[in-house]
Amino acid sequence: MVPTSYHLILSGILFTIGVTGVLLRRNIIIIFMSIELMLNAVNLSFVALARHFGNMDGQIIVFFVMSVAAAEVAVGLAIILLVFRGRETVNVDELNLMRW
Amino acid sequence: MDQYVPVLIALILGGVVALVMTFASTMLGVKTHSAVKDEPFECGNPPSGSAWGRFSVKFYLAAILFIVFDVEVVFLYPWAVVFRQLGLFGFIAMLLFVLVLVVGLVYEVKKGGLEST
Amino acid sequence: MDMTLPAVNWLSVLPTLLLSVTGMLALFWDIWMKDDERSLLGWLSLTGIVVTALCSWLLWGQNDVESFSGMFALDAYAVFFHLVFCLVAGLTVLMSLTYLETAEIRHGEYYALILFATVGMTVMAAATDLILIFLGLETMSIAVYVLAGIWRQHLTSHEAALKYFLLGAFASGFLLYGIALIYGATGSVQLGPIAEHVGAQGSSPLLLIGMGLLIVGFGFKVAAVPFHVWTPDVYQGSPTTVTAFMAVGVKAAAFAAFARIFLHTLGAVHTDWQGILWVVAALTMTVGNITALVQHNIKRMLAYSSIAHAGYLLVAMVAGKELGGAALMYYLVAYGLMNLGAFGVVVAVGRKGEPHEELDDYAGLGFRHPALGMAMTVFMLSLTGVPPLVGFTGKFYIFSAAVQAGYIWLAIIGVLNSVVSAYYYIRVVVNMYMREGEAIVELPSLRSALGAAILIAAIGTVLMGVFPSASMSWAGASFLSLG
Repeated sequence: MVPTSYHLILSGILFTIGVTGVLLRRNIIIIFMSIELMLNAVNLSFVALARHFGNMDGQIIVFFVMSVAAAEVAVGLAIILLVFRGRETVNVDELNLMRW
Repeated sequence: MDQYVPVLIALILGGVVALVMTFASTMLGVKTHSAVKDEPFECGNPPSGSAWGRFSVKFYLAAILFIVFDVEVVFLYPWAVVFRQLGLFGFIAMLLFVLVLVVGLVYEVKKGGLEST
Repeated sequence: MDMTLPAVNWLSVLPTLLLSVTGMLALFWDIWMKDDERSLLGWLSLTGIVVTALCSWLLWGQNDVESFSGMFALDAYAVFFHLVFCLVAGLTVLMSLTYLETAEIRHGEYYALILFATVGMTVMAAATDLILIFLGLETMSIAVYVLAGIWRQHLTSHEAALKYFLLGAFASGFLLYGIALIYGATGSVQLGPIAEHVGAQGSSPLLLIGMGLLIVGFGFKVAAVPFHVWTPDVYQGSPTTVTAFMAVGVKAAAFAAFARIFLHTLGAVHTDWQGILWVVAALTMTVGNITALVQHNIKRMLAYSSIAHAGYLLVAMVAGKELGGAALMYYLVAYGLMNLGAFGVVVAVGRKGEPHEELDDYAGLGFRHPALGMAMTVFMLSLTGVPPLVGFTGKFYIFSAAVQAGYIWLAIIGVLNSVVSAYYYIRVVVNMYMREGEAIVELPSLRSALGAAILIAAIGTVLMGVFPSASMSWAGASFLSLG
């Protein structure tokens, strides 16, 4: 059996990749994908921990995270579409209408 | 390990035959070129335009609405597994949950989110 | 296999249910109503909010009500915050009744979204389970993402929505990872068992990292430095009423969950997180106030001011115990009243097509419209912390709690920051009374819903400042109900 710590380490690595993606990439869609990667990395942790403790809490929370992520995708894509139609760009650096 | 020896032999034989065939045909065959023949080989329909073309915004709307309602099914599966043990309480709870979804669906239909024209 | 069904106490979710049903009614009614009847939706929402507030009021004192296997509590702490959220949502709806006309926002969903966001807030305040707190946070946030971008005519609103969405989702990723690690460290996601485990076993590396990630997640939501970069752009670009709702409601809800988790559940290991929060609080106050000095757009200035106020609230968190907790809750109400009032004045000064958001637009306002000028003066002085207004008493409680807990330097930094903040708050007042206005625009009569909202906020700002003890003892009792 693979020990729980392996899963946690993998989840930590995936989460870090997601964070790095959000911080380094400039394309809104890719930033968004990185955020989804972060959420799913956390899901992996939850499932691994649920098996480790032998209780259901961790599995239930994954269901909720999945549906929350879907709602977030729906709203997020609509907002990205709105911005794209107004500005014809998906580069976050070009979104600078407000500067002091 | 002995039982794998025939597999190994088959692998080696297959590799040798393929190599011999390829070399033999390049050495011995006659070559003619034509414009059509020199094109990269593709199967199926000829490619027409880039896959990065724009779609009508209607598709996004349908896809986005689909995702939201699709993922809610995730709550129905665990409920269905223990449906009998939950009894009336579980049934009513799920009815309420579906009712909330129906509110969303009615709103979506009335706002014209599902019209394809 | 036999299952134990959760003991459901419907009373505990009554405020949340009432708000949800009102929200769905508003959504439905919007489909079938004519365009010129839109303001009726606002009145419907307001009725729902008032009824919810009354119900919450009646539920006060039912401290032992726990429901859904200990996932949801109706302690005085939750009721207090329910009332705060009803106040915030109610004033926002009142302001919106006028504002949606001037800003030409014609979406009926606006009110439903405000209500759904409030539903999320009530869940955050009452939940005693990390999953539910996360769900409440997302319910609130997703509604507010849409609200930020609802001003379809303005590209700045799109941009605000996108920035808020991206950073908000990023932050909830951190929050969720924090929850996962705390689950890993303690074996439970319910606050009660977590508190027991932490009280018995102390901290572990996994718990420490989890707490750090929770601080990052909540830090984004309350706009604490260094997680504040989104705030000015989002506050400036969003419709003004939404900005007010975000600045007050979202912050109050985030602090409600933040304080419940850290002051109560993780109170046993407070030495582990107080140091980090000390630094964050000091940075937040200082950066917010200093950057606000150079702003000339009033919404942007109020954004930096709201960052600075998050810093004061964090000082109360660091102070902790009964005194700090009560001061935190008192100041949240105080901050809500004066900030909503200030944004109400910003709404009143705006015209169709001309938002009038620059500080120069306030020149001579005190003479053109004495009542409005007076109200703005009250709010600005209160935000500075001038006695006898509520901003002063709130800061007094916070800093005295900090001193009593032994954080004298933090209190000194806070007082110094209040002095700095006087410069930019008083500048607005100076603009209104000491300068001639160039363009004289006609202002709306204050006998509208907007006027009522500003009046309520102004009266609250003065009354709570003059008679602080009643509300303070109430806040104290609510905080003690956490047990």
